[in-house]
Amino acid sequence: MGNGTSIGRVRGLGSAKTGAHHWLVQRFTAIGNLLLVLWLAVSLVLLPDFSYATVAEWLARPIPAVAMILLVVSTFWHARLGMQVMIEDYVHEHGSKFACLVALNFAAFGGAAFGAFCVIRLALGAH
Amino acid sequence: MATAGTRKRPLSPHLQIWRWGPHMFISILHRVTGNGIAVAGLGLLLWWLGALASGPAAYDTFAGWVWADMGKLDWNGVAVIASLVKIVLKLVMIGISWAFFSHMMSGLRHFVLDVGAGFELKTNRVWSILSPILGVVLTAAFWALLLLR
Repeated sequence: MGNGTSIGRVRGLGSAKTGAHHWLVQRFTAIGNLLLVLWLAVSLVLLPDFSYATVAEWLARPIPAVAMILLVVSTFWHARLGMQVMIEDYVHEHGSKFACLVALNFAAFGGAAFGAFCVIRLALGAH
Repeated sequence: MATAGTRKRPLSPHLQIWRWGPHMFISILHRVTGNGIAVAGLGLLLWWLGALASGPAAYDTFAGWVWADMGKLDWNGVAVIASLVKIVLKLVMIGISWAFFSHMMSGLRHFVLDVGAGFELKTNRVWSILSPILGVVLTAAFWALLLLR
C-alpha cells in the first residue's frame, strides 16, 4: 500500500462496500417503476377522455393519488441512481463531477417533492 | 525469457478492432432511453401534475402545448415558432412512450441476465434483437389503444 497516487492509497483496502446497495436499490425501484408506470399506462387508456374535470376527478381518488405519489418517488429515485452512474462514467474532473452530482440530487429531491405535493394538493381538494 | 515480447500474441479480443453486435446496441439504447425519460419524461410528468394541481386554466395551457390540435396551428409571423414547438412536443410525447417501453424491455432483459441466465451467445443475441422490437410493438399497441378507444 503506497501513499502517493490516489490508486496507491486505496489499493488493498477492498471495495467501498456501498456498490451492492446502489445496485440493489436500482433493481428495487426498477420493479416499482415496472408496476407503477404500467398502472399509469393502463389507467390512461381506461380514462374516457383527457379533459381537466375527468383527469382531476380520477387522480383525486385515494388509490390513484397514492399510486401516483409512489410512482413519483420510485421513478425519481431510479432516475437519480441511473443518472449518477452516467455522470460517474462521463464526467471525470473531480470538481465538475461533484457539481453534477449536487445538481442531480437537487433536481431529483426537488422534482419528487413537487410531484408528490401536487398530487396531495389535488387530492385534498384545492379545486 | 528474452524472446517473450517477440512471440506471436493473440490478436483478439482487441480494444480498437471490433464490430457492432446487437448486445452492444441494446446496452447503449438502455442508457439513452433511461436518461432520456429521466429528463424529458419526468419533466413532462411534473408539468402535467403541476397543471392538474393549479387548475383548469393551467391544465389547458399544458394540453395546448404538449397535445395541440394539429389542424389549428398558426403559421403566421412569430406564431410559427410556437407551432413548431408544439409539433416537437407531440413527437416528444410519442418518443417518451417509446423510450419507456424500450427501456422496460431492455430492463427485463437485465433482470434475466442478473440471475445469471441468457448469457449463451445465441440466446443473448436473440433477446438483444427482440427486446427493442418488442419495445416498438408495445408502443404501437399503447397508442392504438389510446387513439382508437
